[in-house]
Amino acid sequence: MSDYILQFLISGITVGSIYALVGLGFTIIYNASDVVNFAQGEFVMIGAMSAVSFSIAGIPLIIAIIMAMMVTVLVGFALNQFAIKPAKGASVVTTIIITIGASIFLRGAALLIWGKDFYSLPAFSGEQPIHIAGATILPQNLWVMGISVLLVSAVLWFFKYTLLGKAILACSCNHTAAQMVGINVGKMMLLSYGLSAMLGALAGVLIVPITFSSYDAGIMLGLKGFSAAILGGIGNPIGAIVGGLLLGILESLGAGFISSGYKDAIAFAIILFVLFVRPSGLLGHEHQERV
Amino acid sequence: MRSKIATLLSITSLCCSIMISSQVYAGDTIKIGSFLAVTGGASFLGDPELKTLQMYIDKLNKEGGVLGKKIELVHYDTGGNPKKAVNFIKRLVKKDRVDVIIGGSTSGTTLAVAPLVKKFKIPMISLAGSIKIVEPTQKWLFKVPHTDRMAAAKVFADMQKRGFTKVALISGSGGFDKSGRTQSLALASKYNIQIVADESYGNKDTDMTAQLTKIRASDAQAILNFGFGKAPAIVTKNIKQLGIKLPIYQSHGVASKKYIELSGDAANGVRLPAAAIVVANELADNDIQKKVTMAYKTQYEAKYDQVSSFGAHAYDALMITLKAIKQAKGVDKKALRTAIERTQNYVGAGGIFNMSADDHMGLKEDSFKLLEIVDGRWQIVN
Repeated sequence: MSDYILQFLISGITVGSIYALVGLGFTIIYNASDVVNFAQGEFVMIGAMSAVSFSIAGIPLIIAIIMAMMVTVLVGFALNQFAIKPAKGASVVTTIIITIGASIFLRGAALLIWGKDFYSLPAFSGEQPIHIAGATILPQNLWVMGISVLLVSAVLWFFKYTLLGKAILACSCNHTAAQMVGINVGKMMLLSYGLSAMLGALAGVLIVPITFSSYDAGIMLGLKGFSAAILGGIGNPIGAIVGGLLLGILESLGAGFISSGYKDAIAFAIILFVLFVRPSGLLGHEHQERV
Repeated sequence: MRSKIATLLSITSLCCSIMISSQVYAGDTIKIGSFLAVTGGASFLGDPELKTLQMYIDKLNKEGGVLGKKIELVHYDTGGNPKKAVNFIKRLVKKDRVDVIIGGSTSGTTLAVAPLVKKFKIPMISLAGSIKIVEPTQKWLFKVPHTDRMAAAKVFADMQKRGFTKVALISGSGGFDKSGRTQSLALASKYNIQIVADESYGNKDTDMTAQLTKIRASDAQAILNFGFGKAPAIVTKNIKQLGIKLPIYQSHGVASKKYIELSGDAANGVRLPAAAIVVANELADNDIQKKVTMAYKTQYEAKYDQVSSFGAHAYDALMITLKAIKQAKGVDKKALRTAIERTQNYVGAGGIFNMSADDHMGLKEDSFKLLEIVDGRWQIVN
């Protein structure tokens, strides 16, 4: 029984770190503009798919990954320039709806470019499972977990200790005031979309050997990543990680102990309950009404 | 006055000639209607199906058509939506006045239009998998693809041969998966097989190790996975990751190169039932289906990407229709229906078809080949 639980936990942490990585991508744009970018899942998909394409074209893996990240950052910039910026002054809700539209557009474009097939990358360091006390884990999972930890530290550090990060946060607090003190709000927005796209692309590249990717892979990943971010408290990078891991573990324990058919329902029921008790998420700040 | 009469006469004759020519024109073409899921979630079915129909109808028209008449394809894209399918059937019959219908791609769309097909008395050949389409037999409704029950039977027969009595079942959340699961559960006892675990997953899930850990703890001797898309490849990889040494069986849903490509090394040793078209290259030269499958494969791949068993179903449906038109010497709906029902010994891409009044599919279980993946390649198991 105990090695059962251990395997369920490991499965949960594996899936959870994928959700966490996607959830992390939501944080940056949210921190810059209070907008939940529903095209975040598409960033993940574009990162994964372009890395696969470059790799198939014979480019060494590491360079293919960097190129895929650059492509996705360009998509992020384009999203900001051509969809978000023209709607300047629109409410947060309107902007969120624009990102939903953008996600449908990006999915359609991916369908035209890559077709309906699934693609995969070879695992970074082999596929020989590592045995830990009766349970097993893949080396690629360790990559996902390790890089998630690095990324979350980097994002935390960026928002807390760099002028740029603080400037982005300032934009979210008050656009006008940020502009008054000399912050180029437009540039900060562009930067946040680019960074968020880069984070998404990196997540995509890391997980594609495990989960595979297709033009519509972004929907599910985006949804689960968003749930993770909400559960942990949106805007808080540590919250995204905690939320993601928790969601993954809940799903896996639900599938293992209760019913594999209802595992999503179990996980979402618990999320709803948590949000009922703590509307701002587990690590979110208590909501303050702005007057 | 005379000139007036002359004009009137000429106008009348002109009208007559137009009417005659349009009648001749209508009689000159044979209209095949189709409604396929070319876009949407089931587009992997409808896309190659439509390409196949178009390609062969173009080719046939260049060669002079059938019975000296050109063939016209009237097609509507259902996107896999049964409601749209119902509307399109009405349009095909009432407005386009087609002679025969090929479609739909999915069981849902086919079953939705079944009552209308009966009402309009028009022969229709479906390209969908469910056994419900032909059981019980409906007078005007036929189908060409293998059923999920045949796939389960093929797998269980092999398990029995290898002496397995306890099997773990894991299946996805889609319609195909669920129907396959139902058929497997119903059929197992016939082969002295007990289903000792019955797990499921969502088709977009990224990890199935929790379900497989439970299977690992059961006393199963083999694992059967019913599903398609990327999920079966993840299942296969997860089984290897967990160090489960049990033999793996998959359904015909994954009979594509993509599955091997995605699963990598983990796919080796996996067995599955598949239509001959998937292994056209590997078929023995004296195999009765070698010629037809290679011909279809070469033609399709010369124009489009890799061949699939789904496009092959459209090929079979079209060929059966054309044979029946020739036999019925025209497109009288009653005669055409009878001719389709009398299809005998048609060697198609999907198998050898022998239809009858009680069997509107005409395929036997042996039309599936049992394949094993060896070193990343298909190998036919005898």
